[in-house]
Amino acid sequence: MKNTPKSDRTPLVSLHGIGVQRAGRWLVRNVEFDVARGEIVTLIGPNGSGKSTTARTAVGAIRPDEGSVTRKPSLKIGYVPQKLSIDWTLPLSVNRLMTLTERRSTAEIEAALTSVGIPHLGKSDVQALSGGEFQRALLARAMLRKPDLLVLDEPVQGVDLAGEVALYDLIGRIRDETGCGILLISHDLHVVMAATDTVICLNGHVCCRGTPQSVAASPEYQHLFGGTRAARTLAVYRHDHDHTHLPDGRVQHSDGSITAHCHPEDGHHHEHDHDGHDHAEHHHAR
Amino acid sequence: MSMTMMATTMRSTTMLDDFFSRALIAGIGLALTTGPLGCLIVWRRMAYFGDTMAHSALLGVALGFLFEINLTVGVFIVAVLASLSLLALQKRGSLSTDSLLGILSHATLALGLVTIAFMSWVRIDLMGFLFGDILSVSRLDIALIWGGGALVLAVLALYWRALLAATVNEELAEAEGLSPDRSRLVFMLMMALVIAIAMKLVGVLLITALMIIPAATARRFAATPEQMAVIGALLGAVAVIGGLFGSLEFDTPSGPSIVVAALVLFLFSLLPLARSRQTERPLS
Repeated sequence: MKNTPKSDRTPLVSLHGIGVQRAGRWLVRNVEFDVARGEIVTLIGPNGSGKSTTARTAVGAIRPDEGSVTRKPSLKIGYVPQKLSIDWTLPLSVNRLMTLTERRSTAEIEAALTSVGIPHLGKSDVQALSGGEFQRALLARAMLRKPDLLVLDEPVQGVDLAGEVALYDLIGRIRDETGCGILLISHDLHVVMAATDTVICLNGHVCCRGTPQSVAASPEYQHLFGGTRAARTLAVYRHDHDHTHLPDGRVQHSDGSITAHCHPEDGHHHEHDHDGHDHAEHHHAR
Repeated sequence: MSMTMMATTMRSTTMLDDFFSRALIAGIGLALTTGPLGCLIVWRRMAYFGDTMAHSALLGVALGFLFEINLTVGVFIVAVLASLSLLALQKRGSLSTDSLLGILSHATLALGLVTIAFMSWVRIDLMGFLFGDILSVSRLDIALIWGGGALVLAVLALYWRALLAATVNEELAEAEGLSPDRSRLVFMLMMALVIAIAMKLVGVLLITALMIIPAATARRFAATPEQMAVIGALLGAVAVIGGLFGSLEFDTPSGPSIVVAALVLFLFSLLPLARSRQTERPLS
């Protein structure tokens, strides 16, 4: 259930079977999805699965070698990058960061910082911020552009669990209040936002997609079990990757067999275990 | 004291004043340009890249003599080519940027020296090209430095937002429509231009120092990127003035003296007495 107006269902951005090749290797291939206004699409997948490549292709930073990307005309994008290593030698206050790509008034900047909960940090150097504060500052910066599409590349990186919950809360609120579309990349295979409309699992290609446990996202469920904020915000979403992509593009499965493609028919040749037992690919270590 | 001696002293003093003030004007003009450009080099961690472009300038000089084209033009062209070939080699991705820079930097320097040695028909003041000869700048040089410098500063001002955004994060700049590829190209062209006009003053081996040391010194006193650019330019000018007076006083080579003066300023900025940057945050 969504409380966002969804009158305009024209996708903000559509990826049509895109593929990106580097040094003779496909980083991603046959990736296909849309992001519409008010929709949150989350890309998850292990390291090197092409999440960032896909997101960068969606915003136009990478031209796909295969397939095409359609963006709504004059689409305004707000971008929160994955890793920002700002050299200490660059004197950059939070206030100055806000006007990095566009001029903004002091009042607008104050309002944006207040809305992400860091109104007191305007004069701080960005290098002095904690992980969570920095992510909030980056979110505020992206919001100041009043974007149609907000692209968040691992927005909770370097943030502790409590901060993670608060940030996901904030991202959900931004969507509700502005109605922008959000393309979110999650570093964590197991935990994605409950507010996410569509989860797309990448492993060089789209492994699977769908809504996260919709029950966990529903208000009834939250009332019943959601004593804590964590339960309201986070949904547990688990699965295994049971196949490996060989350098030549073929796929080796857990039983040792090798096929030319991953999805010969409908993409259900491998099992996704969503009920959750322990498996090899834990990505909690950072 | 005889009248003739008096006259000689008078004349040499006026001459001295003349070439000395020309050197001052040229040096200050250059420092005002290298300050902001140097800040970008420091922020982007491209010091070695700048050094490589500067070293390639000697090859530009050699080719300038060989094809009888203007040396400044020759240096500019070769510096641009060096940076473009670095980008091309980076794209291939077989060697690290670090090694590529080392190869390009010293290969172009050596190629320049070898080419010059082959041209037995031209007499070249090699030391002048390596370490500069600021005391011999002509009025034309001054016009070139101030004209070229004004052009560089105007272009930097025009692309400042895009350059700064790409410095912070290229993907971000790209996603938000400030083409980082274009600003990188503009940045490299400006760097080549500054190297071309700076070579005569401080020489190919010391140009990078004039870009980086004042900028690094300015960090301590700046709260915004723009302040750092301006302070870097001013500190560069102070280094030029101090270095030139020092070289006059102690009879030392002028280019190196300017760099030593810049170094002294940098060391001063490290003193704990200097005002430290404001990192304290107000209590919330």
